[in-house]
Amino acid sequence: MAENEADAGKDLRLERLTKRFGDFVAVDDLTLTVPRGSFFALLGPSGCGKTTTLRMVAGLEDPSAGRVLIGDQDITHLRPYKRPVNTVFQSYALFPHLSIFENVAFGLRRRGVKDYQQKTRDMLELVQLGPYGDRKPAQLSGGQQQRVALGRALINEPGVLLLDEPLGALDLKLRRQMQIELKRIQTEIDVTFVHVTHDQEEAMTMADTIAVMNHGVIEQMGAPADLYENPVTTFVANFLGQSNLIKTNVIGTSGGEIVLDCHGQKLAVAAARSHADGRSAWLGVRPEKIYASVAGVEDRTDADVLTGGRVTDVSFIGVSTQYLVAMPWGQELMVFEQNTGSRPSFRNGDEVDLMWAPDHAFLLDADQDAHAGMMRPEDRE
Amino acid sequence: MSAAPPSPAPRAAVDGETSRRRGLGWLLLVPGMLWLAVFFLFPTIQLFFTSLYDPSGSYEQGYTMTWHVMNYVDAVTDTWNLFVRSFAYAGIATVVCLALSYPLAYAIAFKAGRWKNFLLVLVIAPFFTSFLLRTLAWRTILSDQGPVTSFLQTIAVLPDDGRLLATPVAVIAGLVYNFMPFMTLPLYASLDKVDHRLIEAAGDLYSSPIAGFRRVTFPLSLPGVVSGTLLTFIPACGDYINAELLGTPKQYMVGNRIQSAFLTEHNYPLAASLSLILMAVVVVMVVLYIRRAGTEDLV
Repeated sequence: MAENEADAGKDLRLERLTKRFGDFVAVDDLTLTVPRGSFFALLGPSGCGKTTTLRMVAGLEDPSAGRVLIGDQDITHLRPYKRPVNTVFQSYALFPHLSIFENVAFGLRRRGVKDYQQKTRDMLELVQLGPYGDRKPAQLSGGQQQRVALGRALINEPGVLLLDEPLGALDLKLRRQMQIELKRIQTEIDVTFVHVTHDQEEAMTMADTIAVMNHGVIEQMGAPADLYENPVTTFVANFLGQSNLIKTNVIGTSGGEIVLDCHGQKLAVAAARSHADGRSAWLGVRPEKIYASVAGVEDRTDADVLTGGRVTDVSFIGVSTQYLVAMPWGQELMVFEQNTGSRPSFRNGDEVDLMWAPDHAFLLDADQDAHAGMMRPEDRE
Repeated sequence: MSAAPPSPAPRAAVDGETSRRRGLGWLLLVPGMLWLAVFFLFPTIQLFFTSLYDPSGSYEQGYTMTWHVMNYVDAVTDTWNLFVRSFAYAGIATVVCLALSYPLAYAIAFKAGRWKNFLLVLVIAPFFTSFLLRTLAWRTILSDQGPVTSFLQTIAVLPDDGRLLATPVAVIAGLVYNFMPFMTLPLYASLDKVDHRLIEAAGDLYSSPIAGFRRVTFPLSLPGVVSGTLLTFIPACGDYINAELLGTPKQYMVGNRIQSAFLTEHNYPLAASLSLILMAVVVVMVVLYIRRAGTEDLV
């Protein structure tokens, strides 16, 4: 075990990792460091290269170029069974002919660990499956199978634990429960988790650091709140939550703020939150950051204000009410308002002004597709 | 969001539905049951009575039913060595079949890629010609002047006056050849079902390819091993063509004795009791084997 404990003290590093399948570049010159003990999420739509990256770390896929290192040890071409890495597979891949106990004990027994029985019982307790050791995988529910898969990997005290869409097969309610569970276990045992998912909410709930992947490259990496509040590309702005992206022209700077012209109305955004250099840019603002008020009633000098909106759709969804507001230039903006009950909600056709704080907006390069990363209805679950 | 208790009316409808479905299931069994009754159950009962006829009767004068249990004792004392030889030959042939078929089925299931279907057709290709013709062909192949014998003599595996035809080797080789598809196909079917991700998972959990095969792939292919060995062993025990065409009376199996008792000597009581003993012994062996193999979920 000494060897594994030493590995747990090391970072996982990917250096210029590339994987080609024929002409298709699945992972393109990827470099990143996952600090030891962190919960790291690779987030992206299907086909973005996140699973291929994970499989290269596990040794199930051979990189076309680049290196995989744990600490200073180069494991790029090590056979999977020689790596200090374990995987929780997407469909769990539990051994159907073995009992739960034997499934969890599998890795220890292959390595000839003497006191595997006690360790296996402890692990079954940790994943809350103590009484289920004698059952076969088919006799357990999806959530229980998921925990077996987790225990089977964790018991080996891997330097890095890889999780490939681990909650994908669970229903929504169970998934929320397991997210909290996973986070608890990760904190408890202090192992580096690399978690691959296409579910942005799952990534944000659990991960310390998220790398958003698209077309084989990392679009942006950072803490969930940073990615959400200050995305640098339209893809990230749309893939993580929802964003209003408004076409604007840059007309100057004033005191740490960039001044914009938006279809004849003047707006400002903090210079630190600008990721655009051209003359025109997408101004991004999250729907819940926008405050709608009855047209002409409030005049705020400290806020960005867009006038001339008209409510075209009202959806009451319990905790909030979601409005669509048509602007004079034809675009419909999303506005989410918490149902605090402090004022009556708007109705279709109401004239409204929209306002938000300049340091809640962000500015993106105009040469990007404003729809990049938007969830199509078939991607939603 | 508490679920309302289902009203009784739709539940009754559902029950009616399922019982009708169950009725349909039984209906689907009827043709097969009838077939078995006419062509298996009835002949077996007939065979049982025949086995207890007075052995002093004859084909020409007819037999009388005397409940002559001694037929069985006579059959065993007369031919116990043939039983032993049958089970030995069939057992060896089954083991050889398994040893040859497992790598073949494994290669077809995991390595063949787009050649899979072609190779499977090759496995069953022998069935396109008759069993008898193929065994006759083996007579030529294994004959004293044939290529196999000459080759083995040249490389000094066989002495210069050694032969293959009319030896146990020839009979067992014939059994192996003739029953190999029955071993290969079930093996292939279970190996092909093995989820590759399980093999990946074994590798991820510190199993070398060999350990992964031993702990995961092989156990998961056991249903195929069990059904393959049964499909090979059972018919091989009763076979007489291979011993007849590739062996001599010294290699005769129980099947040959039954055949001659029925068709040449017309000693029906002896033939019938031999058949029933063979059937009973095979059933007992199969039951013990399945118990031992412990595959409740035998496909």
